Amino acid sequence: MENNRNKAPIDNLSLLIKLINIIVFLSVCVFIYLPMQPYINAYLKRPTYSKEELDSFTKKRMVFQEDDWDRVEHGIHVRTGMIYDANFKYIEAKCLSCHSAKLITQNRADRNGWQQMIKWMRETQGLQDLGEAEPFILDYLTEHYAPKELGRRPNLDIENIEWYVLELD
Amino acid sequence: MKKRERRYFIKQSLLASFSFVVGMNIVHGRNIPIGMRPIILDENEFNGLPGKSNLLTILNDKPINAETPAHLLNDDLTPNELFFVRNNGNPPINIDKDNWFLTIEGESAKSSKTYDINTLKNKFEVVTYNLTLECGGNGRSEFNPPAKGNQWTVGAVGCAAWTGVRLKDVLADVGIKNDAVYIGYYGADTHLSGDASKESISRGVPIAKAMEDESLIAWSMNGKDLPLLNGYPLRLVFGGYPASCSGKWLEKIVIRNKVHDGQKMDGQSYRIPCETVAPGSKVEDEDMCIIENMPVKSLITYPQSGATIKLSQKLPISGHAWTSAKEIVSVEYSIDFGMHWQKCLLNKATNRYAWQRFNAEINFQKSGYYEVWARATDSLGNTQPIILPGWNPKGYLNNACHRIAVKVVDGE
Repeated sequence: MENNRNKAPIDNLSLLIKLINIIVFLSVCVFIYLPMQPYINAYLKRPTYSKEELDSFTKKRMVFQEDDWDRVEHGIHVRTGMIYDANFKYIEAKCLSCHSAKLITQNRADRNGWQQMIKWMRETQGLQDLGEAEPFILDYLTEHYAPKELGRRPNLDIENIEWYVLELD
Repeated sequence: MKKRERRYFIKQSLLASFSFVVGMNIVHGRNIPIGMRPIILDENEFNGLPGKSNLLTILNDKPINAETPAHLLNDDLTPNELFFVRNNGNPPINIDKDNWFLTIEGESAKSSKTYDINTLKNKFEVVTYNLTLECGGNGRSEFNPPAKGNQWTVGAVGCAAWTGVRLKDVLADVGIKNDAVYIGYYGADTHLSGDASKESISRGVPIAKAMEDESLIAWSMNGKDLPLLNGYPLRLVFGGYPASCSGKWLEKIVIRNKVHDGQKMDGQSYRIPCETVAPGSKVEDEDMCIIENMPVKSLITYPQSGATIKLSQKLPISGHAWTSAKEIVSVEYSIDFGMHWQKCLLNKATNRYAWQRFNAEINFQKSGYYEVWARATDSLGNTQPIILPGWNPKGYLNNACHRIAVKVVDGE
């Protein structure tokens, strides 16, 4: 009995503290909500991405740390986006010191075609003789960046079209 | 608080608020550098290309080459931040616009003169033209066997309002000898190898092209300074010719008594076989001819490929057509893979070498997968082919009709 009587004011106090807590929490929410409102709207209207896609977006925006410099994932050298094998080191040393990896990965040619490009770079772009590395470089390029048969005109890239509902009045 | 600790605190609290909004943990959230936000929250993040939208498709970052997706080219004049970039070397750094000098000389020049930009503005008539610039290699990605180089799809093109002085006025002020056949340019961009003795690119045009009214020395694009990557502070602009003729970061023009022999004028660069060849042929340098006029072409810029509409709806389409001839005389569209063609409404050009807007409204009779194709015809009677035009070793001048995919579904 006496215990209960003594607890009553504490109960009141704790109720008050709870109330104050809720009020503080709500106002914090409002303060966070107001400046964040544009982002919330952007979020609600965002395109939806799978976890893998989100993952890759974030990855692309990462500043590469020391230990990411030579990371290889699923056979791809992450920093350059190139296919990784034992010959990649020659590509990195002889090719990527001058131009972007994208110049290689977006192109396709047979062995002779790649050889012609090297010849052209040597004659007009100041490329030094590749020496003993040349056959390894050609092996690498011929194996991984060979032409695909496309016909006189390829189909539209149906797999990569992002279908959407066109809003019309 | 030390700076690093403060940053850590800010980062943590920002992350917390992002997570609060997104309602989940952000994957790799700890690796997002300060000042960056996850892509779903911000479309304006810097992509490493000064003055350029991050909606451009970057094909190459050393040197910078970036194209504009077709649906972002719907404006009458392409905004500066969306205009494609084709660099051969590195842009100059620490540019001082007020101390930028242009020298005109050469064996067919009667004198040698140097102008700063203010002198150009004050001494010669200042004019503005809407001029379409298109990279000679636009569309290269479709060639088979493939051609080496940047694999442009459709977006190495844009049309802007360029302000400057007529090249012919400046050349006349210097004096042109009777034996002049070509002009060549030199820019302040540097060779990728860092070798200062090497030019990255130094091309030009025949003297007749240089003397056209629309051939400009320009300092302004759509009423603003040129973007750095498009040649700030001064460049040449030649509509109707491969954009590589329109030298950027312009420092010198030479009036030549022979075809200009600067970097990328010779060999196979910006050249096609003088005679048409079978796909995959090896063509010797001496059998290659310099590309001059660009072919007739068009682009559907609305809607974006991938549109889904209901059978009860009409599909509006819109786009631009351009040519090096006098003008575009018609644009047609097909929704049955080229069996039938319907005329689009076509606007007149503001001036020669400006692109022309076309519009149409399409009714579909059945649901299904469709492709909308567009083809333009110019005043010389040239029409765009449906499959690829003549194969050439370096993959230039693909003016095959543009195609977008559309799905029509049943429903009101």
